[in-house]
Amino acid sequence: MRPRPRAPAVIAALLSIPALLAVSGAVALEQGDRRSGIAFASPQTQAMQADDTANPGMLWVMDGAQLWRRPDGAAGKACQECHGDAAQSMKGVAPRYPDFDAGLGRPVDLSGRINLCRVRHQRAAPLAHEGSEMLALTAFVAFQSRGLPMAPAADARLAPFRAEGRRLFEQRMGQLDLSCANCHDDHWSARLGGSPVTQAQPNAYPLYRLEWQALGSLQRRMRNCMAGVRAEPFAYDAADYIDLELYLAARAAGLPMETPGVRP
Amino acid sequence: MRAAALTAGLLAGLLLAWLLLAGFLLVGFLLVAARADAQTLVGYTVEGDAIGAPLTGAPGDAARGAGLVADRTLSLCVLCHSGLEAPAHMQGNLAPSLAGIGARLSEGQIRLRIVNMKALNPESIMPAYGGSSPGARVANAWRGKPILSGEEIEDIVAYLSSLKG
Ligand code: HEC
Ligand code: HEC
Repeated sequence: MRPRPRAPAVIAALLSIPALLAVSGAVALEQGDRRSGIAFASPQTQAMQADDTANPGMLWVMDGAQLWRRPDGAAGKACQECHGDAAQSMKGVAPRYPDFDAGLGRPVDLSGRINLCRVRHQRAAPLAHEGSEMLALTAFVAFQSRGLPMAPAADARLAPFRAEGRRLFEQRMGQLDLSCANCHDDHWSARLGGSPVTQAQPNAYPLYRLEWQALGSLQRRMRNCMAGVRAEPFAYDAADYIDLELYLAARAAGLPMETPGVRP
Repeated sequence: MRAAALTAGLLAGLLLAWLLLAGFLLVGFLLVAARADAQTLVGYTVEGDAIGAPLTGAPGDAARGAGLVADRTLSLCVLCHSGLEAPAHMQGNLAPSLAGIGARLSEGQIRLRIVNMKALNPESIMPAYGGSSPGARVANAWRGKPILSGEEIEDIVAYLSSLKG
């Protein structure tokens, strides 16, 4: 076979530079200001996240490693049969998500992708969003990218969804009439009661919250904030959450992945 | 905004009278005004930057007000403000300290700031406790209700007015 010409690859790479700039330029939080949520936590919580033998989230990662190898669904296949060694095939995947799914014509997040794989490839039932199996699998997949920088997908088809995410982020909600941006863009260095406000960075999800006594997803965290301003949370997996996650990912570009994080 | 400077009862009465007298265009205008005002569940009159008259017949109770401002789930004041009777590490700093507020502001000025800070600063993050301007998707349990009742606001006004220095 003749070697394929290199030109298209070079052109694609050049084209993706403005796209990447567009992704990071379309957010309110400057690159140099970005701080992971763990930077706001107490030294004890930081130590718990940093030490794999003390980090409770590692239990879910280990469960996820087993589920990765477990055949499931009518196809009787395991994730591993298609994807092989997760340490290689899943490295760099989570920092890019949410990503566009051509079949759905809209973005999916990591848990959405896992459910599409279950339905399309394993022919198994989708997993419940906050169920222990979904949390374990997303934690396991995201863990393969720990330490890599968040690098949101530069696909131009994502732009309108990311813009909608930003609109939602900046929309005042609930009886208390507050937007996510009111706190997380404008007051991230302040304290709300006894708690640091932080920047709402998504780079350590799913993560273990001592308050939950469990691992939880980014969507669960967003539901908590919506309930806090006395707004009706979106249903799990609602398009609104995916759009918000897209915007959060663009806002987090460059921060290291820390899954599984630990929070108070 | 300032059209809200009427008691709910007065407004309803006026609406009725005007509807009877007014022409078609005017009816349309009034319907818009009535809808905007349906969110304001506390009736009050704004004079300058204050609400001079108490919202209730009975005077507020400062001791009850002290308990209310420290309540992290009902009034939420302490989540943003410091300078209140609450453990220091539980007080937030998204907003100015309220220490000595009774010496800086009159009772009426304090009352307007609690009922509707957004009348003075539309961009304010302080919720309008009198019930006006809720955001999108208000949860069922809270829909159509003010954050605090007139009595609760009067208790808080009494307490903050007592903070003289
Ligand atoms: C029968 C094959 C097959 C199985 C089984 C399968 N996948 Fe996939 N997976 C794919 C294909 C093909 C894609 C590319 C997108 C698509 O077709 O939906 C993909 C994409 C992904 C991606 C995104 C990777 C990327 O680079 O975008 C993740 C994450 C993923 N799968 C995880 C899983 C997990 C977790 C399971 C098991 C619960 C699983 N997959 C089961 C075939 C499979
Ligand atoms: C989400 C944040 C938040 C909450 C909750 C909140 N406030 Fe405020 N408040 C503010 C901010 C910010 C200001 C500064 C004025 C502005 O926003 O324009 C302020 C100003 C004030 C002022 C005027 C202070 C001055 O020095 O002029 C008073 C009085 C006040 N608040 C009382 C209260 C009371 C009482 C409560 C609870 C019933 C409360 N606030 C709840 C954010 C908040």
